[in-house]
Amino acid sequence: MKFTWFHLMPYRFLPEDFKDKYRSVWVDIPRDLYDPKIGHQLYNDYLDQLEFADQMGFDGLGVNEHHQNAYGLMPSPNIMAASLARRTRNANLVVLGNSIALYNPPIRVAEEFAMLDVISGGRLVAGFPVGTSMDTNFCYGEIPATIREKYYEAHDLIIKAWTEDKPFAWNGKYTKLRYVNLWPRPIQKPHPPIWIPGGGSVETWDFCADHAHQYSFLSYFGYLQGKKVADGYWDVMSKKGKELNPYSMGFAQVVAVAETDQQAEKDYAPHMDYFYNRCLHVYQGFADAPGYRTVKTIQAGILGQVGERASRIRQNLNWGDFVEQGYVIAGSPKTVRERLSEAMKHLHCGHLMLLMQIGSMPPELVRKNTQLFATEVMPHVRGLWSEYEDKWSPKRLPQAEIQMPARVHFETAEPSRASRPAAGITAEARNAK
Amino acid sequence: MNTTQKILGGKFSIEMQTFGSRGEPLLFLHGAGGLTGMDGFLEELGADFRVYAPHLPGYGESTGNEHIDDVIDAALFYHQLMDELGIPSAHVVGHSMGGMLAAELAALDVHRAKKLVLVSSAGFWLDAHPIPDLFAAQLNEIAGLLFHDTKSAAAQMLAAIPQDMKALEVWYVERVKRFAMASKFLWPIPDRGLKKRAYRISSPTLLVWGESDKLVPPIYAKEFSSRIRNCKLEIIKQAGHMVMYEQPAAFCKVVRDFLNG
Repeated sequence: MKFTWFHLMPYRFLPEDFKDKYRSVWVDIPRDLYDPKIGHQLYNDYLDQLEFADQMGFDGLGVNEHHQNAYGLMPSPNIMAASLARRTRNANLVVLGNSIALYNPPIRVAEEFAMLDVISGGRLVAGFPVGTSMDTNFCYGEIPATIREKYYEAHDLIIKAWTEDKPFAWNGKYTKLRYVNLWPRPIQKPHPPIWIPGGGSVETWDFCADHAHQYSFLSYFGYLQGKKVADGYWDVMSKKGKELNPYSMGFAQVVAVAETDQQAEKDYAPHMDYFYNRCLHVYQGFADAPGYRTVKTIQAGILGQVGERASRIRQNLNWGDFVEQGYVIAGSPKTVRERLSEAMKHLHCGHLMLLMQIGSMPPELVRKNTQLFATEVMPHVRGLWSEYEDKWSPKRLPQAEIQMPARVHFETAEPSRASRPAAGITAEARNAK
Repeated sequence: MNTTQKILGGKFSIEMQTFGSRGEPLLFLHGAGGLTGMDGFLEELGADFRVYAPHLPGYGESTGNEHIDDVIDAALFYHQLMDELGIPSAHVVGHSMGGMLAAELAALDVHRAKKLVLVSSAGFWLDAHPIPDLFAAQLNEIAGLLFHDTKSAAAQMLAAIPQDMKALEVWYVERVKRFAMASKFLWPIPDRGLKKRAYRISSPTLLVWGESDKLVPPIYAKEFSSRIRNCKLEIIKQAGHMVMYEQPAAFCKVVRDFLNG
């Protein structure tokens, strides 16, 4: 079993009445709700949290791309990964990913991912999402009817750019280039492992199966409701005669550990509420541009994660419901160990993406959650799927060949991170004002 | 009304409705919502003209939408259709998105449109008068954007959403198919460069606008008249964007007078 500590990087200080006052957390959320000074502290807190996860022995650090979105403050996850490449030494950099149809030309992604792979000594996982309808159609103006075709073309171009020995010409429908000649090239050969984050489009299963890419279902609904999609994926794999290797699937899950089950509720319930009722408050009109999902996916009846129907389902859920229905795996280390093993077996999943900072969770609590999980849960679940080979993790340089940054000098001149106030304190004071 | 199926160049299969058997040919290009099955104005125009109302590929039973990516492809598709119907030139009437395509059809080949009628037409963008985002509109907001009076019989009928689950799914899938096709011309801003080409349009042109069009406000008629040289405007009272459904008699009168005049 492999563990990726995954950050969404939410804005933690949306107003109490956000849901009543504004129609969407995404696309047209008022800009004056964002305070760049708070943003400064949040980015630094969040990078601290990812770096801490590296120290605690997580296999991967996860970042992803969203636009005009208050629960995902990473329009460019590559910037975060670049920072992590220099400040971490062990964990893989799981960039899940770059919405490749949005880059013009898409070799920009091949180049930046090659840079990240080279800087980090071959620790990169390259994620290629189509991207949500909110991000791609509404924020970045891509035509819904053609985005998938554009995505497939970008995918083929990037792989060819990574693997071809000589300069080549690319005469695509969406991209035309006379000279494709990637400098630098990635360390990993033939290229970094490719993970395809999906939200449940049925075409993505075929695509992953046909290309031997890992399929990552980034669900916010938890493992019980994720079952339908996981089964869909394994059905396709099985029908195509592929190995049913659990490491070919990733799954995102909110995980919240405390000393006891009761303490977990006390610690985490308000932040779950913030996440589901403020962060996922997305205007229905933005949830699914016509043509974004194919008719085949619509007819498969897989419900989108955001939008009015999705939020109606969640509306009156309390902590007990969130736990019961698997939205969160929470409780004492013992409880989490048991439910997590059960969940991963249930999904046949080998790459867990843990959402351990959720909604408004402050740094102290994130640290506790991370530490408890790493020491009290992870060692006990790690052995799961040991009979399978993980073919979807990076193949890095030998540890002795990995360069680390020279020591920097400001550390002695500045107060250490531990002694300066965390974002929460200042920002809460600001909000109270 | 007759419904026929026509194959074009091995690429398209076109479902088409025809009305009337006498008079000059009239090609009608529907809007983003497509033909509704309750298109009484076409029946009425059929008294004077041979009316051809094809479903654009991606609409109804028409196929071949993968061969049309932009307004130029669409305009050339209509040229091909006209040739195969044996009406290399005809009166061309387009509504909304269909107006945009009709204008392109006429600009790309000035001999195609004998006379041109653009109704509540898309095709331009004015920063001071942004067109509401129909694609992001909730189902319960759409009628308000399209109709002068949402309580009228026409509005009630056209904006109705099936209650039965099975019928709802069929309706929803058809709507997604249609809007996905429309997005090739209208997403995210309904401007594909007609302003560069409109100077070519030489056909006598009638602009018809509903007085209270909230989707493409009547100010856009001014934009068309400033860019098309031989233009005349008719404003229809008590009508919104769906002018020919709300005021079919007034609509047919101005169109007939113009085409016969």
